Amino acid sequence: MFHWFGIGCTIFGLLMLAVFLGSVLIEGLPRLDWQFFTSLPSRKPENAGILIPLLGTIWIMVLTSLIAIPFGVASGIYLEEYGKKSRLATIIEINITNLAGVPSIIYGLLALEVFVRILGLGKSLLAGSLTLALLILPIIIVATREAIRAVPKTIREASYALGATKWQTTWFQVLPASSGGIVTGVILAISRAIGETAPLIVIGAMLYTTTIPVSPMDDFAILPIQIFNWLSRPQHGFIVNATAAIVVLLAITFILNGIAIYLRNRWQKKVKW
Amino acid sequence: MATDKLTAEKINVYYDEAHVIKNVDMAIQANTVTAFIGPSGCGKSTFLRCINRMNDYIDGFRKTGNILIDGKDIYDRKVNVEALRKEVGMVFQKPNPFPKSIYENVIYGLRIQGIRNKAVLDEAVERSLRQAAIWDEVKDNLNKSALSLSGGQQQRICIARTLAVEPSIVLMDEPASALDPISTAKIEELIHHLKSQYTIIIVTHNMQQAGRVSDKVAFFYIGELIEYSSTKELFINPKEELTQNYITGRFG
Repeated sequence: MFHWFGIGCTIFGLLMLAVFLGSVLIEGLPRLDWQFFTSLPSRKPENAGILIPLLGTIWIMVLTSLIAIPFGVASGIYLEEYGKKSRLATIIEINITNLAGVPSIIYGLLALEVFVRILGLGKSLLAGSLTLALLILPIIIVATREAIRAVPKTIREASYALGATKWQTTWFQVLPASSGGIVTGVILAISRAIGETAPLIVIGAMLYTTTIPVSPMDDFAILPIQIFNWLSRPQHGFIVNATAAIVVLLAITFILNGIAIYLRNRWQKKVKW
Repeated sequence: MATDKLTAEKINVYYDEAHVIKNVDMAIQANTVTAFIGPSGCGKSTFLRCINRMNDYIDGFRKTGNILIDGKDIYDRKVNVEALRKEVGMVFQKPNPFPKSIYENVIYGLRIQGIRNKAVLDEAVERSLRQAAIWDEVKDNLNKSALSLSGGQQQRICIARTLAVEPSIVLMDEPASALDPISTAKIEELIHHLKSQYTIIIVTHNMQQAGRVSDKVAFFYIGELIEYSSTKELFINPKEELTQNYITGRFG
C-alpha cells in the first residue's frame, strides 16, 4: 500500500518538474539569442537583456568563492585536525550545523547591519558576496570535515612515522586525499549561493541598473532578482524574458552540479584504500 | 658486550585509567632483530609505539619511565618528535602506501625535509627500493600508483619509504600479518639483510616468524614483560611457565 503511495508521490513530483521545465524551455529557449545576453535593461521587452544581472551573478560567484573557500576549508581543517575535543568544540559543532539551516533572509538582515552600515560597504558586490559567503560557510565547513574524516588514519600515521609535522601531514596527505570531497561540497555550496535572492534583496541589490559592474564596490543586479523583477511586469514580453533568464540560471546551476557529480565519481574511483 | 642502542627503564603506560604497560625494563643492542610476542592486547604494540612516540596523539595516553636511544631520553622536552621519527622508522600492520606514485611514496620522507635535488632523490629511491628487495619489480614503473601493486609489494614499498629516511631503528608492527606466505617469506628475508645496517624491532603473532627472524624475543602478557632472552633460549628452554604455555599454544 505504502509502496504505491510512494511511487505515486515520486511520479507526481517528477511530473511537476517536467511540466515546469517543459514550459520554461518552450517559452524561454526561443528568446535566447546574442542580443539577450549582451543588452542592458530596457523598457521594451524585446530590447532588454541580461548582461548586467549575468555579470552580477558571475561577479558574486567569483567573489563569494574567494571569500568562502579559504575560510570554510580552513575552519573545516582546524575543527577536524587541530581542534581538541571539548565542550566548546561540541557547542561550535552543533551551531555550525544549525547555521546551515538558518533562513537566508536572516543572513541578509545581519549583513545589512554589519557589512552595509557598520563597515560602510554600501549596496556593493562586495557586501553581497560577503553575505552569501556567510550563508554557504557552514555548508563548506561541513563538507570539508566529512571529506577529511574519510581519509584513513593509517595515511596520517604513515606520514607522521616518516617525520612529518602535523601541518605537513595535513597539507601533503590529508588535503590531496580529501580534495575531491571538498571541491564537490564547495561547488554545491556555490550553486546554492547564486540562486539565493532574499538576502541580497535585503541588502539592496538593484532591481534596475544600467551600469556594468567593474569593481567589487559597484552596485549590482543578479539573475534571480532580474527574474523576479520581470515577472512582476504586466507585459507578456517581460514574462518571456523572465523564463529565458530562468533557463540561463538553471543552466548555470545544472552545469555546476554536473561538475560536482563528475568530480565526486572520479574521486571515488581513484581513491580506494 | 655491544653497547645498548635502546634502553627502556620502568615504563608504565596508561590510557585514561587503564594500566596497559606495567613496569617494563628492556635493553636492545644495535644491529639486532628483537621480536615482541604475546597475546592480543598484551601491550606489545603500545610499547612499540612508545619508541617513536606514535602514542602522543592518542587521547588519554600517559607514560612514566624513560626510553633512551643512544643514551638520550626521547621523551625529553627538548626532543623534536619529528627528528626522532626520522631516526626511528615504522612499518605498519596493513600496507599503507600514500595514494601517489611509487616514486613519490619513497621520497616523501626526504621531500618533507626540504630535499629537492633530483639526483639525490633518484639515488635514494633506487637505494631504498633495492634494500627493500622490490627494485627489480618496479624499476620500470616508478610513476605508477603504489595502490596498484599487490599487498606484498605495497608493504615492501612502505619498507622502502621508511628506509629512505635512513633511520637507525626500524619498528615493524606485524608487518606480514596481512600478507600471503610468499610475500611473508620475502619480508622475512629482507629483515635478515637489513639487520646489518639497522636495529629492528618486530611485533608478531606468528611464533615461527619470531623464531626465524629474531635474535632476541620479548614475551608480553597483560602489560608485563614476562620473559626477555635470546630467541633460542626462549623457545627451547623458557624460564617462565606462562611463556612455555604461550609458545606451545596452550593459550593465546
